[in-house]
Order: sequence, then structure tokens, then C-alpha cells
Amino acid sequence: MPEGSGIGASVTRKEDQRFLTGRGKYTDDIDVAGQTHAVFVRSPHAHAKILGVDTTAALAMPGVVGILTGKELAADKLGGLICGWMIHSKDGSEMKAPAHPALALDEVRYVGDHVAIVIAETKAQARDAAEAVYVDYGILPSVVNVAAAAKPGAPAVHASIPDNTSYRWEIGDEAATKAAFAKAAHVIELDLINNRLIPNAMEPRAALGLYEPGTESFTLYTTSQNPHVARLVLSAFIGIAPEHKLRVVAPDVGGGFGSKIFIYAEETVCLWASKKVNRPVKWVADRSESFLADAHGRDHVTHVALATDENGIFLGLRVKTLAAMGAYLSTFASSVPTYLYGTLLAGQYATPAIYCEVDAIFTNTAPVDAYRGAGRPEATYVLERIVEVAARELKIDPAELRRRNFIRTFPYQTPVALEYDIGDYQASLDQALELADYKGFPARKAEAAKRGMLRGIGLSTYIEACGLAPSKLVGSLGAGVGLFESAQVRFNPTGNVQVFTGCHSHGQGHETTYAQIINSRLGVPIENVEVIHGDTAQVQFGLGTYGSRSGSVGGSAIYKAADKIIAKGKKIAAYRFGAKHEDVQFENGVFSVPNTNKQMTISEVAFAAYVPHDYPLDELEPGLDENAFYDPLNFTYPAGAHVCEVEIDPETGVAKVVNWVAVDDFGTLINPLIVHGQIHGGVAQGIGQAMIENCVYDEDSGQLLTGSFMDYGMPRADDMPDFKVGFTSTPCTHNPLG
Amino acid sequence: MSSSISLTVNGKSVTAAVEPPTLLVHFIREHLDLTGTHVGCDTSQCGACVVHVDGKSVKSCTMLAIQADGTEITTIEGVANGALHPMQAAFKEHHGLQCGFCTPGMVMAALDLVRRHPSPDEATVREGLDGNLCRCTGYHNIVAAVLAGAQAMRG
Ligand code: FES
Ligand code: FES
Repeated sequence: MPEGSGIGASVTRKEDQRFLTGRGKYTDDIDVAGQTHAVFVRSPHAHAKILGVDTTAALAMPGVVGILTGKELAADKLGGLICGWMIHSKDGSEMKAPAHPALALDEVRYVGDHVAIVIAETKAQARDAAEAVYVDYGILPSVVNVAAAAKPGAPAVHASIPDNTSYRWEIGDEAATKAAFAKAAHVIELDLINNRLIPNAMEPRAALGLYEPGTESFTLYTTSQNPHVARLVLSAFIGIAPEHKLRVVAPDVGGGFGSKIFIYAEETVCLWASKKVNRPVKWVADRSESFLADAHGRDHVTHVALATDENGIFLGLRVKTLAAMGAYLSTFASSVPTYLYGTLLAGQYATPAIYCEVDAIFTNTAPVDAYRGAGRPEATYVLERIVEVAARELKIDPAELRRRNFIRTFPYQTPVALEYDIGDYQASLDQALELADYKGFPARKAEAAKRGMLRGIGLSTYIEACGLAPSKLVGSLGAGVGLFESAQVRFNPTGNVQVFTGCHSHGQGHETTYAQIINSRLGVPIENVEVIHGDTAQVQFGLGTYGSRSGSVGGSAIYKAADKIIAKGKKIAAYRFGAKHEDVQFENGVFSVPNTNKQMTISEVAFAAYVPHDYPLDELEPGLDENAFYDPLNFTYPAGAHVCEVEIDPETGVAKVVNWVAVDDFGTLINPLIVHGQIHGGVAQGIGQAMIENCVYDEDSGQLLTGSFMDYGMPRADDMPDFKVGFTSTPCTHNPLG
Repeated sequence: MSSSISLTVNGKSVTAAVEPPTLLVHFIREHLDLTGTHVGCDTSQCGACVVHVDGKSVKSCTMLAIQADGTEITTIEGVANGALHPMQAAFKEHHGLQCGFCTPGMVMAALDLVRRHPSPDEATVREGLDGNLCRCTGYHNIVAAVLAGAQAMRG
């Protein structure tokens, strides 16, 4: 481990002190004067017409401050919730994005859909009154299963879209893939379901909307992974207030995993309602609401075929996927099964021809959007399952089959749009097999058999496209926004530093890792660095945290701002030294002129920057405070190999993961301790989905059957093994942090 | 119609009027402003709300505030004075937390576990934390932290 607390050091986290002592400040911990409490009236039906809403009895109940429905919302001419990524079908037509009012107007389309907000003095009063709101529903036919919804004659989720299809997308070269299959020695085929998951961040979503009539401005405290994007959407598309009159604060957030990226009905409505009732409005989800109304993840049905030659060399891959969208397109839904999925189907393999088609299908369920990996785990699952089946059919060792097909020359242009800059897949696979004692497996299997147990081993290699992403690229692919990140590095006169970042930390440890970047670049001790995020009033702009972008994009922006600090510091030091700024050097926090005794520490320079009275103002501005916007040149491509060993008791059917090895190549690690933790969480998610997690809707009634922790298989401590983690490192070629 | 209760919370005596349906967790969070105790579910499955009642860990969402009349309660805020308790320090040292939301409940559950099993093995820790959910960490580091915390508490 490197000395000190710079890049590469496993320093313990600065943020832990407050979390460990119960002093974190999550949205539900914030109370403001005059606050009211909101409860949403939600649809009990998967699909129904709203024939009438009668609030008379509810309005008369104790403590009720107001009840608002889709009618009032429509009367205020606010925009609906939007999907920010336009996808075109292969025939060139635009995706169908039906209107998504924050409160349903005349139809509800999934169990949990929002019908009204009930606002009262206490939550209990709001809950009682919500039960007294009478909604007259005319039940309509519904469909919750993606394969069923794609069949002709299925009930239409939106009458205007009779085939339930938002878009039919394709990527890759269909003709070349067809030709590859025509000359193949073997074709291996597989049908797969990637089951639907419920995100279940431990902190339920919450929102506190606050209107200040004196300034005609709004504040929203919310459990968000990207407060600036929330402000942008609430302002530019929904139209609640102009951006300068709207502050969005995402304080401590208790996990997101994608489910808190999106702009939801509840926060939108609380904010709007705070002006309608002229009181702050707070809503905190019950866990059962989180199950119903947080955007879900995955839910694909896929047919995949792999063509190989007689030696198992991959010639072509064909994939056809039905992707559930749920009842409406959530904020980023359309990008997930397309650009975050289809573009990853090359994986680590030099397959010359790939063709993938995706049909995005509406169902009468909660919306489906980005969740823990977003599209990329779905792609890895398809690819690694077919490779595993191919190994069996071709009777080639699965590790050997992978090895034969690895990409070995870089940069590598895949047949599905991405260009990998660098990688060494052999190295991580070798280390993983070593750590897992792959060779010793047959003996362990034989030993298990003696005990009457079944034992199996599986492996998976993967690649991710991280650091969303070059703005030009995502723009050309339909994104509504570029995906740069901003940073501001502000020295105070006494030499300590505030870093303002547009990324948002909800468990990733930015307050520590970003301070480590500053320590490495500027030589300031991490105790003297404060990282500030999650507040649009403090941070200039940002695009939030998701898609593994905080390190590679957010961290690089800080790096770039630190470079500007050095450049400015050189000018200040040069002026003080009476030297030319080109002659000033900076190293380990000290500015100096080589071969002289002239030197100043960065904190002396900071002081000099804030107290000047003699600067040549046309050449040198006071202050030491720099901004940077970093737009990546490419994605970064972390990759790795994981090995899992499972033992099954054939008597009871109980399956236990007995060993898990993860070897990952993330290039340079800023804080290995934190990186280990991130891997553990991801592995637990993978084991969870493979073994116990599954979101189930009743196919007839459309009711959510797994609507609480009693029914949904959330991984607990004794569902998990110890994980063995290893690293290889091929630093990224285009990112300043590697 | 509210009832009056008297109890000790983190060493301080408290007397308050509460409505009968008030859950202990809401009393702690809303009346006492001790917001370290979290609410993560509505089915008593997640353990984010664990506190100690008369020294034993209890999911404070399963108990009415009036049932706590006369008891002694410790919340995460009362675990240590100033410096971190060895168990808290072990969580920090072993990176046993990420978003921190499950953490207070985990620490409280861990302390009770160690009270019952001063030298727990890994299986005991995993089983003992069965009532506490964490979505971030995959539990590996939490288990390591509890083992280390137990050792530190043995001295
Ligand atoms: S809030 Fe008490 S167990 Fe979940
Ligand atoms: S640290 Fe986030 S839920 Fe446990």
C-alpha cells in the first residue's frame, strides 16, 4: 500500500464518523417549520379507467390540509414525467413515449400508479384520509408478462399503442451475422429470462417540497442520485419553476443502485403541492410503496444463438430480446436495453459479426429502468450463458473456450459500436482460476459426492462500459444531455480546500476518494479537504452518480480543476518570487524555482491569493478557486473474471454458494478498501438475483405478489459466502486517473 | 387521548405524552429527535430500527412507545461518548458500511450479538445478523467488522 493518503491508499472513510454515530442526515431526518405530511392514493388495479374521484369525505377528516388529483395538476398545465433518451426503431420511426402525468388523469396502468396526494398535519391523519378518498374504477384488461404483452391480441397498456411496443431497435450487421451462421460448424441456441428485480435501497425514497412565497422560490429535499438533473427536468420539462427559483438538495442518501436517478411522480407532486397548499409537504415512502412504485430492474426475455467453427472459435452472435418497460417510460428507461445493453454484447470476445434486436414492450407493471449495472449485466448474462452452454455442447473446457476467443489486440472496434481502448482478459481469468483452485475442482466434487452433495463450478468473464460517457457519442445515440462532469476546487485563505462536485455520493465514499485525489495532486492532507455535493445551490452543475461515472468522470474533473489550481498557483508564486511563471515548479504541495531558495507551500500561495493589495490586476486575479468540466474521450472498460462454486443438497434442494472469487481490472484504484466494498456489494447482488431475488406479479390480476421483505428474497448475511477478491491492472489510456 | 411515559434514553430521563398507537421508533425519531434510528420497512424485516431496550436489541418498529414506559433505552447516539465505541471503530476500520443507512441498526444488533456470544465465529455472526438487511456491502465486511469488534471488546 502506498504511503500516506493519496491515490492508491486504503484510507478509512471520512464520512463514516457521522454514519456510525447516527448523525447522518437523510431526507426523512429533515423537518421544517410548518411541515405537512403526504400520503398518495394509489391504484389497487393493474389497469382501470378512473370514472370519478370523490374527496368530499376525506377532505372533512381531522388534520387534512388538502387533496390534489390529476385534474388540478392538468389545470396548472404542468408537463408530464419524461423519458430523456430518444430511441429510433429500425424503420426510422421515433419511439412511442405515451404521456405520463405525475397524477393519473383518466386511467391507471399499474398497481401503485398515483391517483391523488392527501396532505395532512400528521402522517397518520393523511393515511386515514387517503383511505377515505373514493375512486370509482372501471377495470380494464391488463398484462404483466413481457412475452405475453408482445403477443398479438394482448391487452393494450395504452390504447394508442395497440401492439404494446415502444420501439423495435437493432444494432450490428444483420447480413454479416447471417453469413457467419451460414458457414458455422456449430450453432448453439438458448432461451433466457432475465428476471425482474426490485432495487430496495435500504432508505426508502422521500421528498420534502417547500415553497417560499416571499421569493417565489422552491426547495426540494429528495433522495436523488442526481439533484441537478432533477432540477433541470422539474424546471425545463415539467415547468414547476424556473431553474434559478428551484433548489434541489439530495442530502445523505441511503443507497440508490439506479432507482434514485429518476424523476418520480412523488417528488414532483410534493414540490408542486407545497405551493398549492402553501405549506411544506413531506412524503416518505413506506417500504411497501417502494416495492410498488420504485422503478424496477431487468425483466428481459431473450433468444440467443452463437455460431462457431469446428474449434469453437466464435463466428457470429445473434440476439433477440423483449425488454419490459412497465406501464410508462421512466427517465432513462429507453437507453437501458439498447445502448447500455446491445453495445456490450461483444463482451471480451473477438466475435466478428453480431446482430441484436430489441423490442421494448409496455406492461401493466411499475416502470423498468436502470438498476445496478443497467443493461450491462443483462448483456453479460446472455453472452456468458451461451458461452457456457457452447462449452458443454462442444466439450471444451469453459475456461479454455473463453481463452480461445479473447480479444488480444487493442484498441479493438467491436461490431456493436464500442471501441475498447485497452484490456488484458487473460490475466484476470488466470488469476481467478488460480484463486479458485479451478484445477482442484474435480477432487472437491468427488469429495462432496461422498457426502451425498452435488457440487458445481461456474465462471463468467465480463466487460463494462463505464464512466458515462463521451457527450458527443451519447448525444448521437439519442441522449437528451451530454454526460460531462463538473468540479470546483476552492482554496480558502487558510489553505484548506473545498471541492464541489456534480457527482453524488450515496455510499460510494466520494468524500474520501475525492480528497485523496486532491492529496495526490496538491499535497493537501485529506483532513483539510471537504467534499461538497448534492446541493444545486452550492454546486454549479452536475449530472449525478450512476453508470460508474464518479471516479472516471467526476474524479477526472477534479483532477482537471486541480491542474488549473497549480497553473494559477505558479503565477502567484512567480509574482511573489519575482520569477517567470514558466520557471516555477510544483511538487508535493510546494512551489519553487529550481536552483534557488525560493519556495512557497500551497497554503502560503492560497493565503497570498486572498490578501493581495499589489497584484498587477491585468495579469493576475486574486483568489485561488478553479472550475473544470471534464468530458471523457471514451468510456472506460473495466473487465474481469468471476468464479463461483455451489453445493446443492439433493435431499433438501438447498443450494449454498461455497466459494466466490472475483478478479477485476479497474486500472488504477484510488482507494482499494472502498473498491473491495463496491465489489462485495455487486457480487451480493449477482448471487441475490441468481439464487433468491425475483419480482412476481400475478398474471391474472396484475397484483404484485412480492410486495414486501416477507415475500421478496432479499439477501441476508447468511445467504452470502466470504468473497475472495483479486485485481489486475491495465490502466485506461485516455483518462487522467487511469 | 395520550398517555404519559417515563423512561431513560441514552442515560437521560425522559417524560413525554404519547398517543397510544405511536411506535417506539417514531417516538425516538420524532419526539426525541434521535434520527440515527432508521425506518427501512413496514414489516419488521430490515433491522434498520434496532435499539437496545434494557440492554437487549429490539426492532423499535415492533414496539409501542407506551410499552417502553419504565425501560432504559440506548440508541446509536448513546453507544459512545466522544470517541467511537470499539464496535463502531471496527466497522470503520473494515469498511463495514457504505451508504450508512443500515449501519446504526447493524451496530446495535452486533453489540447485542457480542453480549450473547463474546467470541463468535463467522457462522454465528452471519446467523446473528439475519434480521438486519444491508443492500450495499454484501455483508463480507460487516461480518469482518463484527468479528474484529468482538475481539476488541474482549480486550
Ligand atoms: S423498520 Fe424496523 S425492522 Fe424495518
Ligand atoms: S450500508 Fe447501505 S444499506 Fe448497508
